[in-house]
Amino acid sequence: MQEERYNRQLILKDFGPEAQQKLTDARVLVVGAGGLGVPVLTYLNAMGVGTLGIVDNDVVALSNLHRQVLYKESDVGILKVKAAIRTLYSQNKTTHFQGYETFLTKENAVEIIADYDVVIDATDNFPTRYLINDACVLLNKPFVYGALHGFEGQVSVFNYQDGPTYRCLYPTMPKADEVPNCNEHGVLGIVPGIVGNFQALEAVKILTGVGQVLSGKLLLFDGLGVVFQKIKFSRNPENVVRTALETNYDFDCEIPIQSISPTDFMVLNEKKKLQIIDVRTLAEYEKGHLADSLHIPLQELSARSTEINKEIPAYFLCQSGLRSQKAIASLQALMPTSQLIDVSGGMNQLQLLR
Amino acid sequence: MEVLLFGIAKDIVGKTLYSLDDGMDWPNSVLELKQHMVEQFPEFGKLSSLAIAVNSEYAADDVSLKQGDEIAIIPPVSGG
Repeated sequence: MQEERYNRQLILKDFGPEAQQKLTDARVLVVGAGGLGVPVLTYLNAMGVGTLGIVDNDVVALSNLHRQVLYKESDVGILKVKAAIRTLYSQNKTTHFQGYETFLTKENAVEIIADYDVVIDATDNFPTRYLINDACVLLNKPFVYGALHGFEGQVSVFNYQDGPTYRCLYPTMPKADEVPNCNEHGVLGIVPGIVGNFQALEAVKILTGVGQVLSGKLLLFDGLGVVFQKIKFSRNPENVVRTALETNYDFDCEIPIQSISPTDFMVLNEKKKLQIIDVRTLAEYEKGHLADSLHIPLQELSARSTEINKEIPAYFLCQSGLRSQKAIASLQALMPTSQLIDVSGGMNQLQLLR
Repeated sequence: MEVLLFGIAKDIVGKTLYSLDDGMDWPNSVLELKQHMVEQFPEFGKLSSLAIAVNSEYAADDVSLKQGDEIAIIPPVSGG
């Protein structure tokens, strides 16, 4: 450890040599070297994080420079990973850098993330955010989330010590046309700087155990009104049961799932007896279920798919409407000619109608 | 009843604070609030994941609303 370089942190009460050593030993992966990644990398590098991994396959553009302050005019056209490591190295030669000149994909995510202690989600799109979430849940790694919209930012720490995940806040990925990104919407240069610096602070707290980690709370920041708000939220156990990544994280080739509204479903079910498949756990099923529903927990579904009558429509039901969609997605290949219908919102919505 | 708006919700309504007038039927639950917003601003209908906070706590659709609650609509944001 270099005592002179890190002197101000070493003499800092509640931080000191022990915390500094933890930073030296730490391995942090930063996914995205853009508006959020730049401040994260700049500070984690300066403060003494031992190993920094950087995943990005973009080149520096002139329109990046107003917010991605690590890059110089002479870097325009150069891969961000290369330009970033060059400048970061000149700031701190003791850091070990690992550059990944690729985007994070379903194919490489698990292998790359497995090597790190903490992941920073500094991306600019929903598919990669959901991919990071799912890979971190799979590998049991905490990740620091940051995102922004115009003058506003969001920060939270997900999957930290049995805390909630990104999907506990936003269960399903928005469709391509729902929410614009910075390229479409614009961003004030300093806003990602503020959000990214909060992410770096959270990473340091996770690594050193100093302070309280922003887990189970979403920090909302509005730069125009200078308003900070924290929203509490809790873990939905459904979101941490994961044995593999999703089959697809692309916006445009989602498998369409046929669904029915809770109201229409109730009306239809009173008219005639429907084939209802309840995919919840046994405990949930025993607490209360619809008459004449067939109980096959999600985990047993592919093994017991022959119990479903392929000739008539099958209505899939769970508690909140998430597992029923997963059930259909997993059966579509096995039962390509059958009509598989998701009951939107599950038992929660049906109970509201009673 | 006043609702604080973030992200795309703010852009759709065109301001940071949305007030429900006295003459309107006030939503009694988070689900009814979502339905109300879709009726008033059809663009809300295409948002698939929308977080609602009541008194600084994430609120599911069945959470009931009462006068004086601090309500916020927090859509997902993706910029970085």
